[in-house]
Amino acid sequence: MKLPITEATANAAPPPAPLARAASQVVQRDASPTVQKDASMDRQKAMLAGYFSELAHARETGRKVVYTFVPGNLTELIRAAGALGVYPEVNALQSAMRQRSDGFVREAERLGHNEDVCSYVKCDVGMLASGNIGPTGEKLPPPDLLLLSYTGCFTFLKWFELLQKEYGCEIAMLHVPYQADGTVTEDMRRYVAKQLATEVIPKLEKVTGRKVDLDELAELLRRSGRAEDDLVWVLDSAKSRPSPIDAYFGGVYYVGPIFTAFRGTEDCEGYYHDLRGEVAARLARREGPVMPNGVLAEERFRIVVEGPPNWTHFRDFWRIFYDEGAVVVASSYTKVGGLYDQGFRHGQDRDPLLSLADYCLGCYTNHSLTARVELLSSYVRDFGADGFVINSLKSCNSFSVGQLVMMREVEKRTGVPGGFIETDLVDPRYYSQANIKNRIESYLQMIAQRKASA
Amino acid sequence: MSSNVTEADEIVRRCEALYADLSLSAVKSWQASHPGRPAIGLLPIYVPRELVHASGALPVSILGGGDQIDIVKGDACFQSYICHLPRSTVELGLQGRLEALDGFVFPSTCDVIRNLSGIWQLLFPGKYVRYLDLPQAMDPSTGGEFYRRDLEALGAELGRLPGGNAPTTESLATSVRLYEENRRALATLRQLRAEAPWLVPLDESYLVVRAGAVLDVEEHTELVRAYAAAATRRRRKAEDRIRVVIAGAFCEQPPLGLLRTIERSGCYVVDDDLFLGARWIQPTEAEDRGDPLTSLALAYLNRSVVASTRYQPDGLRGEDLVRQVREKRADGVIFAAPSFCDPALLDQPPLQKALGEASIPFITFKYAENTGQFQAIREQAGTFSDSIKLWGEG
Repeated sequence: MKLPITEATANAAPPPAPLARAASQVVQRDASPTVQKDASMDRQKAMLAGYFSELAHARETGRKVVYTFVPGNLTELIRAAGALGVYPEVNALQSAMRQRSDGFVREAERLGHNEDVCSYVKCDVGMLASGNIGPTGEKLPPPDLLLLSYTGCFTFLKWFELLQKEYGCEIAMLHVPYQADGTVTEDMRRYVAKQLATEVIPKLEKVTGRKVDLDELAELLRRSGRAEDDLVWVLDSAKSRPSPIDAYFGGVYYVGPIFTAFRGTEDCEGYYHDLRGEVAARLARREGPVMPNGVLAEERFRIVVEGPPNWTHFRDFWRIFYDEGAVVVASSYTKVGGLYDQGFRHGQDRDPLLSLADYCLGCYTNHSLTARVELLSSYVRDFGADGFVINSLKSCNSFSVGQLVMMREVEKRTGVPGGFIETDLVDPRYYSQANIKNRIESYLQMIAQRKASA
Repeated sequence: MSSNVTEADEIVRRCEALYADLSLSAVKSWQASHPGRPAIGLLPIYVPRELVHASGALPVSILGGGDQIDIVKGDACFQSYICHLPRSTVELGLQGRLEALDGFVFPSTCDVIRNLSGIWQLLFPGKYVRYLDLPQAMDPSTGGEFYRRDLEALGAELGRLPGGNAPTTESLATSVRLYEENRRALATLRQLRAEAPWLVPLDESYLVVRAGAVLDVEEHTELVRAYAAAATRRRRKAEDRIRVVIAGAFCEQPPLGLLRTIERSGCYVVDDDLFLGARWIQPTEAEDRGDPLTSLALAYLNRSVVASTRYQPDGLRGEDLVRQVREKRADGVIFAAPSFCDPALLDQPPLQKALGEASIPFITFKYAENTGQFQAIREQAGTFSDSIKLWGEG
């Protein structure tokens, strides 16, 4: 499954010599030396660089390392146990943004992994086989625990089975029931919370040797909740015209800290406080979002996007929208790590384990197709969108299966036409710039004609 | 030709007619003889049919349209990189061929089957659609209790369908017993094929097992027993073929032609995971006098087959495949997985590694349920057979 961005860190350090591609092989994209960034991006970059450095020295400092997935991640719990989290999807997408996933995917296929399966898995397996050098160029420590938060994606299960065979370490399974009929029952909550108490926490305590203090956990969750308030305010700002943010390409930066290792930290709370101030200032100046090529001068189209982005050509992909004056005002991908805009907050339930259960159960891909259709339709209406685009990924059945039916259903409910493109997460062989550009441009032309005749 | 051979052939002919009948005539016949009672479609791989049966309904396993249906509308619902079973299943639904069914249960097999439940909700509003979250937490006090309560809820829902009855302790105990007998009959047939595959060709045994998708359990048990007895009486001699296990075909089913091709290429298939849901729970001789709903839940935790869709750390699936090969005295493994099947394909590297470490040869190919060209597979399987016969240790 998918993840937030990290291009900020992708530029933090050059790849180490053994893994660096020959200069002639490197595909140069967006060579512009003056990429524009918000101050919050620099802050995030520094946070991530610091974190990866901490990971690189985990063995020396005696910190235990827990690999886990973004949807349904238990970051506050990992922190309460004194461990450091590693998020394999983040590593995969960062590798893709640094043009290294291609080699990792091919390495995994050379080892017998099939071309049909998830490229995140293959990227991770290939990275492991190539020395497990992380995105910042430092070696990632092996896991002491694989925390399989099985939320919304069956491939997670296979992925960690593969890693467990490689590492031979402890593994904890957290089964999160699917919201098939759009509701979370008390039974589902208690089932997840009980697994946390009887399976996850004991294994965390076993590998870290530290007792989890539930009061401390509750405090971390409350701090997460405050950061989530600010994130929701930022995402909600896109209802303004012009939108001061891009809620997809820019949005993946915004969700980075809260979807990963920083939730529950003061750094995270500070980041979102600053981000909110930054966006509020732009809003006051009636400025559009900051995009890689500058502040968007004119907002011509307001678009909702369903599905994760392509990471291997992220800038090129974004540029297609930028060049057409298209701003993404809401996206589903920025909800894979939590549907905060629908009201959930960590720490809302005073019982920290039930709060974590609510979080796991509520992530976007744990929702039924009907609920996803309702959410996308509400985004189109509430954010005044002119259209919605589905970026369907070959790698990701969790997102992709049913998207064609969803598209017709959202069109029916909103009266807004949808656009459909196909790419992949981190396998560059499935991204065709000319084809995607042609389709997006044609789609936006159609939207323009529709607006003109309205 | 003896009368016994004729009897087996007759049974197989009937089973092939059931296999080819995508309009579910057998289900309609059952409904005609059981007026007002519902029939419930069950998607792969495993749903406890006992519970459906105990509610007075006919459990019907849906295994796609195979190679017998042209996909007209189904392709409009799925991208090209998604396996074939859901598109043919949607096609069957949109063509009205599943109208005999009063509801559908989608188990937590994979992302595709899970999301197919959502597609069904959107495409067929008004139909009873139920997602069944099979537990991945195998502790009886967590996963077991959650699953038991969910089964209880499912039973109550089935009871509220027109013509349905909420399962009682008595009706469920009866159903558990009937399916236990069915599993024993299937196990006997499976064992017979392992011992004397020349008496029980793969396509025949598959058709006989698959007939259980649409027949009432008691009728199917009798049919399996009758076929096994008739096949045993056949006078056939073993041919010089290698013995293989097929792995990876547990959900989307290969076309019959493909199964026949493998055995015509110098192989006896002595075990497989085709239509795995039919034998998901391993039979037991132990008599269980406890609460049948609890038994059903615990059976999933404790007696499930080793499968790619169940959480199984520690490389146990590889060990299980090696053990299966040894027990069935197989010479090798044929990995036959549907294209784009994540569970089967993600499992292949570790399984192949386990086979390699045990010096068990294997070949690999992919198929779709509507694969129509078998020449390449024939050559591949034939070469595999020849290589083992020429250079194998046996």
